[in-house]
Amino acid sequence: MVQCLAPDGSVVREDLLPDPETRLELYRQMRRARHFDERGWVLYRQGRLGVFPPFGGMEASQVGTAAALTKNDWLFPTYRDTGAALTLGLPIARTLAYWRTSPHGWHMPADLKVLPFYIPIATQYPQAVGAALAERRQGTRNVAMAFIGDGGSSEGDFHEALNFAGALNAPCVFILQNNGWAISVPTRTQTRATDLSRRADGYGIPGVRVDGNDALATYHVTREAVERARNGGGPTLIETVTYRVKPHTVADDPSRYRSEADTAGWDAKDPVTRLRTHLLNAGLMTEASEADLLAEIAAEFEAALAEADSYPEPTPAEILDHVFAEPTPQLKKQRAEILAEHAAPNQKEQA
Amino acid sequence: MTATATPTGHTGATKTMTMVAAINDALDIALAADDAVHIFGEDVGVMGGVFRATDGLQARYGEERVFDTPLAEAAIVGMGIGMGLAGLKPVAEIQFAGFLYPALDQILSHLGRYRHRTRSRYHLPMVIRAPYGGGVHTPEQHADSPEAILAHTPGVKVVIPSTPADAKGLLLSAINDPDPVFFFEAIKLYRSVKEDVPTGDYRVPIGKARMVTEGDDVTVICYGGMVEVAQKAAAAAAQVGIGVEVIDLRTLVPMDTDTVIASVAKTGRAVIVTEAPRTAGFHSEIAAVIAEEAIEHLRAPIVRVTGFDAPYPPFTAVEDVYRPNPLRVAKAIRQVMDY
Repeated sequence: MVQCLAPDGSVVREDLLPDPETRLELYRQMRRARHFDERGWVLYRQGRLGVFPPFGGMEASQVGTAAALTKNDWLFPTYRDTGAALTLGLPIARTLAYWRTSPHGWHMPADLKVLPFYIPIATQYPQAVGAALAERRQGTRNVAMAFIGDGGSSEGDFHEALNFAGALNAPCVFILQNNGWAISVPTRTQTRATDLSRRADGYGIPGVRVDGNDALATYHVTREAVERARNGGGPTLIETVTYRVKPHTVADDPSRYRSEADTAGWDAKDPVTRLRTHLLNAGLMTEASEADLLAEIAAEFEAALAEADSYPEPTPAEILDHVFAEPTPQLKKQRAEILAEHAAPNQKEQA
Repeated sequence: MTATATPTGHTGATKTMTMVAAINDALDIALAADDAVHIFGEDVGVMGGVFRATDGLQARYGEERVFDTPLAEAAIVGMGIGMGLAGLKPVAEIQFAGFLYPALDQILSHLGRYRHRTRSRYHLPMVIRAPYGGGVHTPEQHADSPEAILAHTPGVKVVIPSTPADAKGLLLSAINDPDPVFFFEAIKLYRSVKEDVPTGDYRVPIGKARMVTEGDDVTVICYGGMVEVAQKAAAAAAQVGIGVEVIDLRTLVPMDTDTVIASVAKTGRAVIVTEAPRTAGFHSEIAAVIAEEAIEHLRAPIVRVTGFDAPYPPFTAVEDVYRPNPLRVAKAIRQVMDY
């Protein structure tokens, strides 16, 4: 398992250290992601955010990987990969809107190739192969990155995609976040395999296992995989070994299926604390400069929250928008039905 | 009003073609016209497809534009979706409609939803071609008619041609449509029918039915492989003085409701013919539309002539019991006339 920082923040592989600016940027993005996760819980309890899947504790797995991309690359995130999407530039306000079930969460920015969160497990993997292949066919050096969990790697689409990507030499980077749990099912029940990176062997592509709570290590191995893909070397499967310390969603009660003993020790491996310790020890950050950073992040989030609050609720007929480029006669008729049924109160006939 | 759509954009020159040759011609024209068009699937490259629909195309356009994939339908469709997201025009072949099922997650969960869940930031100009239907004694599970599953999926169009000229004109419309289109090709018709097909790029619009024969007594609505069956029944009915109006729907989604309703309003009798299982088939949707919009014109109950609620039988001796034949359609015509 590739590791750059030990859980206590000490450096175990000097040769893997990225430059100081990159280390600070990784920390900034991890703190942005964690802030979203922490505020998300509060907003959920206040009724200002719907049910969402928390990802706190998985920041290194999501930020270190996504940070290896540029805005010209594709990102196929699952519902738990908010951290990855924010890192590449998905606006916080849009992401909040998504978890508020607002169509404004579906407005994907025109300057990004981040797709909306994938809900059906594993379907994003073959699609990433297609996007990657299209980039190659169009003569670019852009790549596609897709995320999945240990549970998702049991799905047929996962295996079909790895095989397709290998056979077609598609510039894909497949991130398999092994976080120990698929809702209530532990990895040991999910599969007899213990090293999920070796699933790559069956498809003739490289597989890498990395400490998923070490942002410097995830960044290093992902950057290598991205470079290989850009240079025509084909796909890579990266298993980030991490842990879902949080419940499956904010509405889930993990005490029904796991004990304290199951999760013991993972707090000591926390990815944010680990990089923080390193940055302080290396003199790249001070408590004062960190306080400034955190204030900046909090202000950014509150501004995004205000923006999300300003999005209007959808109107009834909007449910029929954007089905086809041109609405069919059937859709036009159904729109008329909705408009008649849900006319504004002042337009309704007086009984 | 006439429902017959005039093919557009051709010069008047024609060439005699089978349906599979017309499909091949349409794919050839699409590949030549637009570098974004890519054709892929099992055995479509070197071999040219199990029915030869892609014959010669890889040799002409290269292994990047026309390529063989590994054997995995979910990934064929899923990869096509990704290609569409990234600006290509994917034209995927599923070898038989009965092998489409592994890809249903990609289709139901993503293909029809992408425009909707990105508010048109992304759209999928994808075509999925698949041979469907029976009548040629294919092996087990090679003769399915799953069109109702797709018609019930919001955001995808469903096209089923019944003639070589329509196959070509509709396929070119499908490839140039900004939204996903399923294009089902009746295996029975691939080589059994020849007709003059316009050369060059011409289009038959999606969403317009075709008046096959005109008549005043009974409307028979059908599509794909059932059109020739209905035509034979109509010819037999004409022998005894019954005027049958055969409507080839051509497109299930969007359905040309106006043409169907206008015809039923005129004849007062409706027979619907498909080879799909009876319960919840697309014939049921057609019947519901007629019941909702033309019931006051009906002089007899609507009759569905269809397959049965059992898997399509691969038994040569009794295949025709399942798949509607002209005699069964003629009986239905007689039934609504005698009501």
